[in-house]
Amino acid sequence: MVSGNSASSSSLSMKSDEDIVNNNNNLRVLVVDDSPMIRKLHDMYLKKFGLKVQVAENGKQAVDLFHFGASFDLILMDKEMPIMDGEEATKELRTMGVTSMIVGVTSLDSPNEKQAFMEAGLDYFFTKPLTTDNISFILQELNKKNNKN
Amino acid sequence: MDLVQLQRQLVEYRTSLYHEGFLDAQFTQLQELQDENNPDFVVEVVSLFFEDSERLLNELTTALEQQSVDFKRVDAHVHQLKGSSSSIGAQRVQKVCIAFRNYCEEKNVEGCLKCLQQVKHEYSLVKTKLESMFQLEQQILSAGGSIPM
Repeated sequence: MVSGNSASSSSLSMKSDEDIVNNNNNLRVLVVDDSPMIRKLHDMYLKKFGLKVQVAENGKQAVDLFHFGASFDLILMDKEMPIMDGEEATKELRTMGVTSMIVGVTSLDSPNEKQAFMEAGLDYFFTKPLTTDNISFILQELNKKNNKN
Repeated sequence: MDLVQLQRQLVEYRTSLYHEGFLDAQFTQLQELQDENNPDFVVEVVSLFFEDSERLLNELTTALEQQSVDFKRVDAHVHQLKGSSSSIGAQRVQKVCIAFRNYCEEKNVEGCLKCLQQVKHEYSLVKTKLESMFQLEQQILSAGGSIPM
């Protein structure tokens, strides 16, 4: 299912909304964040794009999901979480051989911290809060990635 | 008050909140995410924000009352509050958090205490205003009207 055009718009109110939703129907996303508010917000954004969303409260829950055989096309990973933070979880997942797209989402402002998080194995990094433009971009890249394989 | 007047009042009130910097574009994004399938989305997210913030403000108060203040801990809480307030568009709360974090970095207790007071004040203002706005919306809906965008 290739759709070059529909993913290039950042507005949700275009005619190809249906195209966007249909193309994204089989993409599974994991939202990892310790804030119930952020989980709810990102869950809603993603549902609007037609994605199937699951949530995890911290890095350990995310890693456990993969251990138990779950797989996701995309992981939205917060950095600061209790028990296991985003950086550690990302490293762990990459070590396990997880090739899902991992996007760091955080309100970090230190460039050193951002770098360290990227180096843990992120594909992309965005500051909170995510916008619909950010999500459009991520999905575009995800579709490109999937079409290559 | 009749329906049209109520609707006009709501629009004016909402406009003033943006104008006075209580809300920013991120709040608009929230409203745009709400639809017939999720008619209470904004109220739900904002309620989560209230819960989150109250917990954080309590933790901050406790942390700053300690004999020896753990600035790392204080900073972590402020960082969270900054993140969640920016996610719903509570601009004035977010701005105080930025200044607050600077005082944490300087390990300045006085500065931190001042900011804590300020952030509590800004939080209680935005909470009151959002609650008033939701009340107006409820009145409109009860009168059989729809919420003007």
